[in-house]
Amino acid sequence: MSPREKTLVPREKPTSYYGRPIVKPPVWKPEIPFYFFFGGLAGASAVLAAAATFAGRPALARRAWGGAFVGVTVSPLLLISDLGKPSRFLNMLRVFKVTSPMNVGAWILLANGGATSLAAGLNLLDEDRRGGVPEVLAAALGAPLATYTAALVTHSAIPAWSEARAEMPFVFAASATASAAGAAILTVPADEAEPARRLGIAAALAEEAITALLHRRLGPLAESYEKGTAGRFQKAARACALAGALAFAAGDDAFHPEHRRSSFYELFRGKDERRRAKLRNALSMSGGALLLAGSVCKRWSVFKAGFQSAEDPAQTIRLQHGEMAKAGLAVSRP
Amino acid sequence: MAGRVLDLETPAWPDTYGEEARPRVGFFTDTSVCIGCKACEVACKEWNKVPSDNQGFSGESYDNSGELGANRWRHVAFIEQKLPVGVEGGAPDDLVAEAARQNLVEEGLDPHRDDDGFRWLMSSDVCKHCTEAGCLDACPTGSLFRTEFGTVVVQEDICNGCGYCVVSCPFGVLDQREDDGRVWKCTLCYDRLQGDMEPACAQACPTDSIQFGELDELRERAAERVEKLRERGRGEARLYGEDPDNGVGGFGAFFLLLDEPETYRLPPDPVVPTRFAGSVWRAAGAAAVTMVAGIAAGFLGRRRG
Repeated sequence: MSPREKTLVPREKPTSYYGRPIVKPPVWKPEIPFYFFFGGLAGASAVLAAAATFAGRPALARRAWGGAFVGVTVSPLLLISDLGKPSRFLNMLRVFKVTSPMNVGAWILLANGGATSLAAGLNLLDEDRRGGVPEVLAAALGAPLATYTAALVTHSAIPAWSEARAEMPFVFAASATASAAGAAILTVPADEAEPARRLGIAAALAEEAITALLHRRLGPLAESYEKGTAGRFQKAARACALAGALAFAAGDDAFHPEHRRSSFYELFRGKDERRRAKLRNALSMSGGALLLAGSVCKRWSVFKAGFQSAEDPAQTIRLQHGEMAKAGLAVSRP
Repeated sequence: MAGRVLDLETPAWPDTYGEEARPRVGFFTDTSVCIGCKACEVACKEWNKVPSDNQGFSGESYDNSGELGANRWRHVAFIEQKLPVGVEGGAPDDLVAEAARQNLVEEGLDPHRDDDGFRWLMSSDVCKHCTEAGCLDACPTGSLFRTEFGTVVVQEDICNGCGYCVVSCPFGVLDQREDDGRVWKCTLCYDRLQGDMEPACAQACPTDSIQFGELDELRERAAERVEKLRERGRGEARLYGEDPDNGVGGFGAFFLLLDEPETYRLPPDPVVPTRFAGSVWRAAGAAAVTMVAGIAAGFLGRRRG
């Protein structure tokens, strides 16, 4: 190559062939982000339910088992709907293939479905049940059910997804925990829901913190999560999670007469007890609903970010030219 | 096959085939002699009964078929470039280089250049039949498999249309067919190979821009060809994907290009997702463990409720 060439033909923004994407955007339908949500709800609810069973909180446990059961029942239906017909789901069960996160995930979903159904049934039949092997299995398979969907998207050729592989499972775990806590709170009598409320607050805050960390590390690739439709979902997810956590925090202390110094209690000092209880309940319920909504929005944001990243050929080119690594940003190319 | 076979080996070929393994075959697409006739596109569609799709005009030079997809297993790109004369790599520094260039033109090796610096790059793209194929690793049903020829093929009766291969291919080769939801791609004419025939596109190519053969032989031929072009002043000529040390372990179908890969809608340095599977699963596992620990911790402490 002659030196003249370099000065004569400057290349500014990397362009692809007529600006066409280099990697293909996903062909997944809206069922998939909802599956990410329900799979996460099922997985985290199973862990929450098992913990509640072993901790001797039957009211919380039974509702959480119910949530886990709903999650594992809806999940395969969503996958089948995306695939088009039930037999296509069975095609995944003709092999066990560790190189395919989707195959591993199908087996996790199936195994967790069995364990969760069993544990849910046993807890429904026996109110005083203190837990056993089915609960342990459901929890042990529930956690990977909530996080493998993150591995599913990061194990791909799409830059904003694959480069997020270190953090995304933690984002999904936090989002799933928040949704499980939210679902439990919507169904459990308020005074039985305290651990779920605490978990909801912690998960919402953790989700925000990890997301911020991820976006910072991704540098220019974070654009895919922060702009366009993905960005709108991301903002909605953050608003819902933080508002939900706030509602829980406000409602939490107020339940306990010994904590009367809480700001919430001060606010309603003058009101009569029945109205106060009603308000507390409303706060708790809306907090639960907000966490659930936030979790749905989070998965939609991640889902849409994959499309946006794939559709921008400059991301693929810059990443592979090592530009981001040189700038000390993003990237962990193997 | 002996000797060089290590460079050609894939995770499943030749080991899983034993005695039935055939020499690994592929394409060497030499874009310097592509004339953009699209005979490869047509032959591929005819032989493989690939449905027609877009019938309109794209406004992208003579290319109205866009890119590879479920209904296009060969795709001819047309790139119009206006560069200052002699700039594209082979700036003639001396009379020797200029003479070599003249020789190139006379031999018909430099057909798309005008004096005003306009050049037309044409290139027939195809599935790369990677040594480490992202689509094959990602496929959850085992529909995608490695043939006895070392190529990568979708079994349509097993494909469930999950679309995971679509996002796992660093080249954006695979796509879903809208009417049936399954994915389709180049089979390197698996049926023809089994009948000892060369793939339809290679047979149809009138300039031998698409060369079919045993991969090790193609690599040698390509190395000679790029050397020859460079000697003659085409310094911008480079091989793309022939290197077994690249991010997908080398392509089964590789190219000789006259510009950066991205100009042709090709990724400059593709890496198969499987290469970072370890960090993917470690993170997922760590997150799962953290989640269990976090939820358990939520039940610790004084019981108030």
